[in-house]
Amino acid sequence: MSVTVKLPTILRKHAAGEARVGADGDTLRDVLGDLEARYPGITKNVLAEDGGLHRFINVYVNDEDVRYLGSLETEVKEGDTVSILPAVAGG
Amino acid sequence: MTERKPMFTEEQVQRYSRHIILPNVGGAGQRKLLDASVLVIGAGGLGSPVAMYLAAAGIGKLGIVDFDRVDVTNLQRQILHTTPDVGRSKVESAVEHLRAINPTIDIVGHDTLLFSTNVFDVMEPYDVVIDGTDNFPVRYLVNDATQFMGKPLVYGSIYQFEGQATVFLPGKEAPCYRCLFPAPPPPGTVPSCAEGGVFGVLPGVIGAIQATEAIKLITGEGETLVGRLLLYDALHMDFQEVKIRWDADCPVCGKEPTITELIDYEAFCGVPARPE
Repeated sequence: MSVTVKLPTILRKHAAGEARVGADGDTLRDVLGDLEARYPGITKNVLAEDGGLHRFINVYVNDEDVRYLGSLETEVKEGDTVSILPAVAGG
Repeated sequence: MTERKPMFTEEQVQRYSRHIILPNVGGAGQRKLLDASVLVIGAGGLGSPVAMYLAAAGIGKLGIVDFDRVDVTNLQRQILHTTPDVGRSKVESAVEHLRAINPTIDIVGHDTLLFSTNVFDVMEPYDVVIDGTDNFPVRYLVNDATQFMGKPLVYGSIYQFEGQATVFLPGKEAPCYRCLFPAPPPPGTVPSCAEGGVFGVLPGVIGAIQATEAIKLITGEGETLVGRLLLYDALHMDFQEVKIRWDADCPVCGKEPTITELIDYEAFCGVPARPE
């Protein structure tokens, strides 16, 4: 399955400044794995050392937080949008 | 014969005429705004447009909190302050400019940092709280305090070209900031404060959205961002919405809260974490 990944500003430096990139996979775990293969280092601050998702970065498949789907095992469909959203504090 | 007090003075009828004739606000909505009180936390990038629009809209009592002084680097985005204000207290500058926008409302300056020791006292007199701060410790403090006090919180935050906004309503299994992000990130893991710059117009867009939501909360018209997080990317002019669900395991508003007292988190960005 081919999905679009929306990258927050802090991760764009890993992807030559791109805000949206393509990635393949059947689950979120596969998609993030493919993303890492294409852009080494990009998931370093998304995945915790134990392999799970960090709690200060949320990931959405379309408009749903993956914590309420299947976390990393969330299945993705062709054309889905995966959004990575870090907590930001600026004001 | 009993004498009925008019709903508005003649001056108010003129000043707010474009609201009074507007469907979904009208005289009743404008009266609610005049009877409302709103606290804007931060007189910076977000707080500037929020406070200016709310003052213009005739919020009866408008409070503004900040501890800082106006710096020349603020002027690129903090439109509440002007060049001659550089070096002044932000609250003093804010109050003066807001009074110029609308001298007929009550504008209250709170020249202080917020801590667990004073946040309840500062918030107590207000119906609605707006988060326009620039750091995680105060964002968590403000979230927790509004949850404990049962006050609506209009949230907005920005980074470089990207902004987020939503509304948190305490109670009724509605989400709070900790349902979205349960705890602040460890320092150094995500950028904060002045790191990396900020696109000057960005807080104007997000702040205007926060002011919009505050007015809708008060007038009760329309549909607010409760349960929805609005994401804005100025560089690509992209608006997106994602769901924020109430988390039954939320440490503050969940079924079995583990946080029942205010927390002063460690300092970020040189802002002291505790009263000195």
